[in-house]
Amino acid sequence: MTTVLAPVGEAPGSAHPRPARGGRRRPSRARWWVVLGFLSPFVIGFGVFVLYPVIATLYYSLTDFQAGSYRPVQFVGLRNYRALFSQSDTFWVAVRNTLWMVVVMVPLRTAWAMLTAWVIIRVKRGRAVYRTLFFLPSMVPVVAAALSFIVLLNPVGPLNRLLGWVGVDGPGWFSDPAWSKPSLVLMALWASGNVMVIFSAAMLDVPRELYEAAELDGAGALQKFRSVTLPAISPVIFFALLTGMIYTFQYFTEAFVASSSANATSSSNDLIGYPANSLLFYSTELYRQGFSYFKTGYASAMAWLLFLVIFAATVVFIRASRRFVHHAGGGR
Amino acid sequence: MSTLEVTKRQSRVGRRLLYLLAEHAPAVAIALCFLLPLTIGVLTAFMTQHQAGTGSLWPSPWEFGNFRKVFTAMPFGRDLLNTMLYAGLSTVGVVVSSVPVAYALARLRWRGREGVFLVVLAAMMIPAQVTSLPLYVMYAHIGWVGTLKPLIVPTFFGDAFSIFLLRQFFLTIPDEFTEAARVDGAGELRILWRVLIPMAKPAIAAVGLFAFLYAWNDFYNPLLYTGNSDTGQTLAVALSQLAKNGHQNAYELQMAASLMFLLPVLVLFFLAQKVFVEGIALTGVKG
Repeated sequence: MTTVLAPVGEAPGSAHPRPARGGRRRPSRARWWVVLGFLSPFVIGFGVFVLYPVIATLYYSLTDFQAGSYRPVQFVGLRNYRALFSQSDTFWVAVRNTLWMVVVMVPLRTAWAMLTAWVIIRVKRGRAVYRTLFFLPSMVPVVAAALSFIVLLNPVGPLNRLLGWVGVDGPGWFSDPAWSKPSLVLMALWASGNVMVIFSAAMLDVPRELYEAAELDGAGALQKFRSVTLPAISPVIFFALLTGMIYTFQYFTEAFVASSSANATSSSNDLIGYPANSLLFYSTELYRQGFSYFKTGYASAMAWLLFLVIFAATVVFIRASRRFVHHAGGGR
Repeated sequence: MSTLEVTKRQSRVGRRLLYLLAEHAPAVAIALCFLLPLTIGVLTAFMTQHQAGTGSLWPSPWEFGNFRKVFTAMPFGRDLLNTMLYAGLSTVGVVVSSVPVAYALARLRWRGREGVFLVVLAAMMIPAQVTSLPLYVMYAHIGWVGTLKPLIVPTFFGDAFSIFLLRQFFLTIPDEFTEAARVDGAGELRILWRVLIPMAKPAIAAVGLFAFLYAWNDFYNPLLYTGNSDTGQTLAVALSQLAKNGHQNAYELQMAASLMFLLPVLVLFFLAQKVFVEGIALTGVKG
């Protein structure tokens, strides 16, 4: 396959004559069909698997399309969107639960990753061992992690027994609507090793002189963290919060597995959101509407709304934090 | 030897011990928190049906038959084969299709290059939920739902994240290498194959690793396309349905199956730590 295109690399049609050896050589312009050849996987893939579905979802969202139904599809304008806001109560439950996770889980997970990274870089000998141990859980497939946490957090399970030893009456965790989301937060903290690695790399990049200067000024460990480490790693904090937010808006697998496995008395479609819709998130609700009830048009409206919200939230977040990250980076 | 000297030495040893404790205590405490769920999971996999889920912390007696029982409780072998097909083929697909695209974005000069790169970035950010409804309809139309095809075929058409990563790496390789080959009359494919790919091995290994792990762990897509299939389940989905299929309190089976599902990931992790470090180190030197 190498021989077919071999002579093309010369690209003689370019306006730049080849400069003499030793001069600054600029790559000559490639022929358009060579470029297209190399790009073709992405051009086709983007068109078929991204561009077409994004536009089709927008179109579906304006119709009463039901996948698998032979009923003729009717254009209904914005009715699906109006239905989201006015008729559906599960929609708002899902929105509230998802926002709860964005507001509670994302900052906690970021803070925990930061704390664990800080603990790690203060260890001189054996740092690599701790880093591997802290990182390991984030490699565990989400499904396996969720199942392990269901075992660990079983109301009569190991953790509650350990808590009992110290006189604490453990909650029902995944089977208690008040504790199901905190259980997922615990799981997210446990699997935060990938963020921790980025934090510890950034912390190790902070110049030693800055710490020494702070020590000369009589700063303690906490003060050094606040006035030296924190400003230096603010871009990573920003990155962790942003990617965490985007991920949590689409939060699916953890909730789906926890709901369907913590209690399995009936078919899994009825178990989305268990217990008592406390784990009904935007994406699980979208899945139920689109792929269990096959209300394709309605689910498409949900999908587009999610798209817009993620986009808007990203723009707002970048705008809002630009000053914070910049100020912190250049501060003192 | 005076008693003073002894107490002095003792206090020095005591100080060292205190110091060591202060250095390691927080890290050890956190490490224990991180290890607790894994340890409980592993121990539960060795408990009897009777003992699992009762809050027992230690198996007594040790039940080694759970791993064998998994194969009768669910079609573990078939689902493992499906998972290996999905992960293996999609790794090949992602690497084979993303490398040339990254090459065109990093090494070829043409108008509109920056624009296409922005499109790649945009493609990375589009949530799966936005595309999955029409894709499902499309796959249903051509009879692919219930097979592994909707999972594998798209990976052969370029993965935005991998293209991005490879492009970044290709940019760190000095122009001189490719230009020298060009002067010698080598075509673009030959330059890619003979010059760039050998130099980018660490980055390609990392991309392949990510692709493999992504497919192995993937839940959403297999749930959509193979969730109700009799022949095409992958392990991630099958494990989550163990509870539904009459084994809801069979924690020991769930943990034994999870452990077998997790094992290849762990092996890969320990083998590939070096690949990661080498890749990062190389980018650092070149950049």
